[in-house]
Amino acid sequence: MIINHPLLGPRDASEFYYIGDAAMIMRPDAKPDDHSAETMAAFDSYQHHRDNPHGFHRELWYHEQGDRSWLIVTRNTTTHEITKVELARDVKLKGGL
Amino acid sequence: MRYSGFSIIKQALTGHKSWPKAWRTPDPKPAYDYIIVGGGGHGLSTAYYLASVYGAKNIAVLEKGWLGSGNIGRNTTIIRSNYLLDGNVPFYEMSLKLWEGLEQDFNYNAMVSQRGIINLYHSDSQRDAYARRGNAMIMNGADAEMLDQDALRKLYPDLNYDNARFPIMGGLAQWRGGSVRHDAVAWGYARGADRLGVDIIQNCEVTDFIMEKGACTGVVTNKGKIMGKKIGVAVAGSTTKVMSKTGMRLPIESHVLQAFVSEGLKPIIPGVITYGMGHFYISQSDKGGLVFGGDIDGYNSYAQRGNLPVVEHVCEGGIAMMPYIGKAKMLRMWGGIMDMSMDGSPIIDKTGIDNLYLNTGWCYGGFKATPASGYCFAHLLANDEPHENAAALRLDRFSTGAVIDERGAGAQPNLH
Ligand SMILES: Cc1cc2nc3c(=O)[nH]c(=O)nc-3n(C[C@H](O)[C@H](O)[C@H](O)COP(=O)(O)OP(=O)(O)OC[C@H]3O[C@@H](n4cnc5c(N)ncnc54)[C@H](O)[C@@H]3O)c2cc1C
Repeated sequence: MIINHPLLGPRDASEFYYIGDAAMIMRPDAKPDDHSAETMAAFDSYQHHRDNPHGFHRELWYHEQGDRSWLIVTRNTTTHEITKVELARDVKLKGGL
Repeated sequence: MRYSGFSIIKQALTGHKSWPKAWRTPDPKPAYDYIIVGGGGHGLSTAYYLASVYGAKNIAVLEKGWLGSGNIGRNTTIIRSNYLLDGNVPFYEMSLKLWEGLEQDFNYNAMVSQRGIINLYHSDSQRDAYARRGNAMIMNGADAEMLDQDALRKLYPDLNYDNARFPIMGGLAQWRGGSVRHDAVAWGYARGADRLGVDIIQNCEVTDFIMEKGACTGVVTNKGKIMGKKIGVAVAGSTTKVMSKTGMRLPIESHVLQAFVSEGLKPIIPGVITYGMGHFYISQSDKGGLVFGGDIDGYNSYAQRGNLPVVEHVCEGGIAMMPYIGKAKMLRMWGGIMDMSMDGSPIIDKTGIDNLYLNTGWCYGGFKATPASGYCFAHLLANDEPHENAAALRLDRFSTGAVIDERGAGAQPNLH
């Protein structure tokens, strides 16, 4: 697979480390003493539950053997086709996914 | 017909003309007591044990493709029970014991071959970790033996023992481990279940669940609606795809694992052997092909094929461990989609939706679990209570913190 890095151009996927669903950049927040069922469920879901879609998936790839930026790659999990690559920081600064 | 030496002689003398079909090809009935979604190893063994052990009747297995088209026909066929953690060892040891009596039980030659599995160690600390694992196994009724280099050399004289960076110092052996002919397992369970009256319906894809008042009462398929009193889902890598119809989000990611077979060679590898300094495992099939594999590709995938970097990585592991296989030509490679869970351990549990039960999270180790998984899932379906050996394999263990993380890698499926 070739990932078209927004800054560095096309790079082989083996230069990257894969961590999973890009939803991980949207960590829930809570006050330290908030142990309400709702908050606990939000963290549980953030940590453990995944959409795991059959088709397009937005996912986090880390350019470990390159510029060490985190990318959000939109990739089809049935064909490996990549349709979009963004810098994760840009997405997050624009308000997230 | 019961298979026996007598039946082979009789058929041979009459030109092999009257062997009956191993199982029927029925049309689905409108309703069943038990519907098992997924005709892989786990779905078929569930139906078999429901009928044979739990006395259930009126059972259907619905399979989207043909029997053996999923991971049951794609794996590297290794069986073992060399686990460390409490929730796992009794379960996998139960499975190994079931393998030992399986062929007599379901009257089919599955070529269960207990040729022994050896995990190599390459440092003092790795040896200590294996000694600990071996002790955990023995305490749970499994067998384990530590081998030093001399003992290992007698079995495998030509490993890369004196490698400067990763010397092979010895191994942890489980002699009762080994390999089994994978698709014969599917066929054996299918035939066994069919003989007990189970309807095995191929080319029948479940596309939705029928819900009434919060309970699941049937499934929608390409062959029409089929009602069921209890519905068990065992679809391995397709778990999320199937279960998303209920709105459930699961602690599962689908990942591809590749496997490889070389050209046929004379016997050079007596058992199953795994490298300790990279992910590589190998055995030799009875036809002579070297059967081997390694890491998953590492990214979410529903494509039953992988990419080349992992091929290279797997082969590097093999050459580092046994350089003498370097000249063998690779014949075939393929991929299968695995249901990777968040802690690397499986789930056999209720779903929170009445009448709907789930069997998933097998990662790349579900073949060895086939008998116990079916047995325990059948127990759960029949009694609404977990089998004692699967009581820890709960769906809610992530929110309660009672995870079973053999690798200690945390909630990231591609690390397990
Ligand atoms: C390359 C590879 C090597 C492996 N090596 C080993 C090993 O050495 N040892 C080991 O223990 N394990 C190994 N495994 C893991 C093991 O094969 C799996 O964990 C196990 O087979 C999964 O259970 P199953 O047999 O029920 O799955 P499957 O055979 O995949 O069964 C699931 C079935 O569900 C069907 N299905 C899916 N969606 C639907 C639907 N909507 N409706 C109806 N049916 C549906 C599929 O068609 C499929 O037949 C390996 C796996 C792979 C891919």
